[in-house]
Amino acid sequence: MIELNPFIIFLAAIFTNNMIFANFLGMCSYIAVSNEIPTALGLGQAVTFVLAITSVINYLIYDYILVPLQLEYLRFIVFIVSIAAIVQLLEMVLERYLPNLYYALGIFLPLITVNCAILGVSLFMIIREYTFMQSIGFSIGSGIGWTLAIVALAGIRQRIKNAPIPKGLEGPGITLIITGLMALAFVGFSGIVQIQ
Amino acid sequence: MNNILMTTLALTGISAIFALLLTIADRTIGDYGEVNLTINDEKEFTIEGGDSLLSSLIQEKIFIPSACGGKGTCGYCKVQVEEGGGPVLATELPFLTKEEMSNNVRLSCQCKVKEDIKIHIPEELFNVKEFDATVESITDLTSVIKLVRIKLPEGEEINFKSGQYVQLKAPLYEGNDEEVYRAYSIASAPSDKNHIDLVIGYVPEGIATTYVHHHLNVGDNVNINGPYGDFYYQDNNREMILVAVGTGVAPILSILNYMKENKIQRKATFYFGAKTPDDLFMLDYFEELEEKLYDFKFVPCLSRVTEEHNWSGFKGRVNNAIDEFLEDKGDREAYLCGNEPMINSVSKSLINKGIPEEMIYYDKF
Repeated sequence: MIELNPFIIFLAAIFTNNMIFANFLGMCSYIAVSNEIPTALGLGQAVTFVLAITSVINYLIYDYILVPLQLEYLRFIVFIVSIAAIVQLLEMVLERYLPNLYYALGIFLPLITVNCAILGVSLFMIIREYTFMQSIGFSIGSGIGWTLAIVALAGIRQRIKNAPIPKGLEGPGITLIITGLMALAFVGFSGIVQIQ
Repeated sequence: MNNILMTTLALTGISAIFALLLTIADRTIGDYGEVNLTINDEKEFTIEGGDSLLSSLIQEKIFIPSACGGKGTCGYCKVQVEEGGGPVLATELPFLTKEEMSNNVRLSCQCKVKEDIKIHIPEELFNVKEFDATVESITDLTSVIKLVRIKLPEGEEINFKSGQYVQLKAPLYEGNDEEVYRAYSIASAPSDKNHIDLVIGYVPEGIATTYVHHHLNVGDNVNINGPYGDFYYQDNNREMILVAVGTGVAPILSILNYMKENKIQRKATFYFGAKTPDDLFMLDYFEELEEKLYDFKFVPCLSRVTEEHNWSGFKGRVNNAIDEFLEDKGDREAYLCGNEPMINSVSKSLINKGIPEEMIYYDKF
């Protein structure tokens, strides 16, 4: 276990160990839903929310059910089940109270279930043996980091909408190049703190 | 052994807890309770909340035209929501004009009923009924167009105006895993309230047309609802110009049948457009109508005839025929039915010939 302040982990998860730019996790919806800032922000919030809840629940399940029963190897299945259930719950809440966001997210809301950033956070916190508070800092930080990345990309994509991009690079092609450049820029943060 | 048992129990237990949680959520967050639906300030229904407005209305046997079956892709199911529809959703925006938005028009398939709701729909939609009818006969008009005669259940009747359409439900069949509704104009006259004729062309990979052409047999049950549409015969004394291509003949046929039955004394000319002689149908019937109707002229136009076809009629598109034959004078009205390019080019030709735009009625498909 690393002796780090949860707040440091929180900051590190946003900047130096960003889910997108350091681990390249959760790329599917990152590329597909980054056309407009409001939608990207909505998805980012949904991902952050799901991340925060799932990591707490998965931490409790792992520490209080799987470890005592020596069933650690079940974590992949159990984590996926809990993530799926929580996304279902979130869908119901959004449909009732924020219908516009619900329809704007469309198919990508159920797809959060298979967003690898979510499972990634749950698994990282186990592998890196974080404490409960550290896990919370890490998951919320990762969510905000993911949101930051997708909103920044959406902003850039809105700006290049009318740019003369070569035909073959339009859409996902130029998006991946932009992501690479953004990842390079984020390397600049790496000297601040390391958590892995 | 113990290990396997433990694994199974742990996994089942965790899944069960989540299932329980979701069930509770469904009963609380997902349950909108009973809400009041008020239509046109007079009819009131108490319905179960949570469904889309479209399906709630269908449950109350009120049918709003919708071609896509509630997926938000056709944009037909517009209704005016006066109160309680919530904000306009992003999925509706492409289908609504600024004027419609300021009048609170919504797509009823997207608008969820979550609270007491007040809506306004055209009075004639109350006339729309659903029928579990049977196919009485199927006749080949051309190699790709069939005339389907449908008999409504005994004792039930449909009241429609010549030119209106019904929706036919294409059920699930092998190769099709979604139920869709498709609109077809009624070809028979309104006097026979127990039967309707539909003219249905085959569209490759079309869900409903494949169903009709390859799966539907005489004696089968079909589900239809209707009538709908604001394209219908106008009762006045103006000279009429009727234009149709392909299956667009159906509503025109209904109008002509209506005129024949009621011995209406109006001058009328019918331009029937097709590519080759094989695409024309019911020619004998229309020629017979020239004798029977008061003053009716039938002009078939073929756009792709060659020497071999031995065609003595007009060669060219319908709009060319109108450019060539129609006199330039006002006080006439036109009824057009067919595809969009045809409607656009014919409208232009008609306006050139002095027919005011508001006297051109059309049904685009």
